[in-house]
Amino acid sequence: MRVYADNAATTYLSETAMNTMLDCLKNFNGNPNSLHTDGQKTQEKLDEARETVAQCINAARANEIYFTSGGSEADNQALLSAARGQKAKGKKHLITLNIEHHAILHTMKKLENEGFEVTYLAPESNGIVDVEKVKDAIREDTALVSIMFANNEMGAIQPIPEIGAICKERKVLFHTDAVQAAAHLPIDVQAMNIDMLSMSAHKFHGPKGVGVLYARNGIKLVNVIEGGAQERGKRAGTINVPGNAALAAALKEGCDKLEENTAYVTALRDRLIEGLSDIPHSQLNGDRYKRLPGNVNYSFEGVEGESLLLHLDLYGICCSSGSACTSESLDPSHVLMGMGVPVEAAHGSLRFSLNEENTEEEVDYIIEKVHKVVEHYRSISPFWDELESGERQHCI
Amino acid sequence: MSLYTDKVMDHFENPRNVGVIENADGIGEVGNPQCGDIMRMYLKIENDVLVDVKFKTFGCGSAIATSSMATELIKGKTIEEALELTNKAVVEALDGLPARKIHCSVLAEDAIKAAFVDYYTKTGREMPECLVGFEPHEDEH
Repeated sequence: MRVYADNAATTYLSETAMNTMLDCLKNFNGNPNSLHTDGQKTQEKLDEARETVAQCINAARANEIYFTSGGSEADNQALLSAARGQKAKGKKHLITLNIEHHAILHTMKKLENEGFEVTYLAPESNGIVDVEKVKDAIREDTALVSIMFANNEMGAIQPIPEIGAICKERKVLFHTDAVQAAAHLPIDVQAMNIDMLSMSAHKFHGPKGVGVLYARNGIKLVNVIEGGAQERGKRAGTINVPGNAALAAALKEGCDKLEENTAYVTALRDRLIEGLSDIPHSQLNGDRYKRLPGNVNYSFEGVEGESLLLHLDLYGICCSSGSACTSESLDPSHVLMGMGVPVEAAHGSLRFSLNEENTEEEVDYIIEKVHKVVEHYRSISPFWDELESGERQHCI
Repeated sequence: MSLYTDKVMDHFENPRNVGVIENADGIGEVGNPQCGDIMRMYLKIENDVLVDVKFKTFGCGSAIATSSMATELIKGKTIEEALELTNKAVVEALDGLPARKIHCSVLAEDAIKAAFVDYYTKTGREMPECLVGFEPHEDEH
């Protein structure tokens, strides 16, 4: 049995997105910047895609949608624009979370090197930031608050409408990395007072290498890529119409089915959480209820995540881990560490990210195999022996 | 699985010599839970021959595979032969490890050395020169 439970890493391309792409590749191959018929036919496709994306997130105007190469580029451009664009006004302070994606954290580091000051707020132990802490962190010279919509590793959903309201009141720009949320959670940029938002097509059954930056009119964007005047002069490079049209088609499909998918996937998620809950010395990471519909992140004490992941792969189950051994660094997940999960528990973490293509049968198969591998690796773990004998203290 | 060679995956999936030796002549443990790796080696020594070797490991796939391979390489050997085991030999026997997993093989070599140190300390026999002042490479993890 093959069970794909790593949809937060990437999703399969949907039939709708693939057919849209193929149609564009075959029939709309002109450059939308060309004035001839082929070009203008393609331009219409692009306009349609932009309009669709705007509608899906309730942007006021289609020209607030900028197509990018993905979520990372959108995050980079949002942060660089807010910071560099307001520097002349004396705004040199930025606020974010310590559990953000590296596209945010590394761009923040870059801005620190340019002289900006960054406040990295830590969430509470459930992975959700206290809005009062956001409020308290805002200063006269704050240029931007950038807080993710939902976390990619442990799924916690941040209080976006509340943070949006605070930022509006304090007249501070608000950006949210909605890469994990788009097409999975309802998004209304106007009602939520979101000034800028990033998304990535391949997280909702669109193609890889395509993303969107929403930026409310009036926000001065700084180019990340210089060149031609594409995307209102803010993002150079011949426009990837097949990719952009496929993003729009996938997003629309996800948004149209959002309620139905949420109900179905949430039930699968809860079944998985319930099924793993009888494993002793284990814990669910991230808020039990305010979490992405498909996200299950569990820590198992006394075992190491990479070995669990590899063994589950041998059983045909695809998932991911926050252990240091699965990262390029020697440290376990900055997200789990950032919300106060003990280092030993972070090493022994697994993330399953389900979607509407998964079934109850698959979830039951995951539950059975996780029990098996955790038990097996505990039986060969000297660390587990030491925990059980009392030589070391259990942290879960 | 392209991250690891077939040999690594074989030793990961079917680790050899897993377990505990009751009344072992030498026990060595290296690593710590913060780093995500702990290896414990048990040696049974008769007439200067390693008649049995067992291990328990907490760690990633390559930590388990290197423990397993290291025990295979020294089991049945004399003390002198076993002390010549290097982490490089373990890596070669596994047909290679990714660069960032080499430290697992260092841990395996260290665990065996630590078990020998325990053996010499317990028996009161004179420590071979290569073990005098032995310190595991903990800082490299």
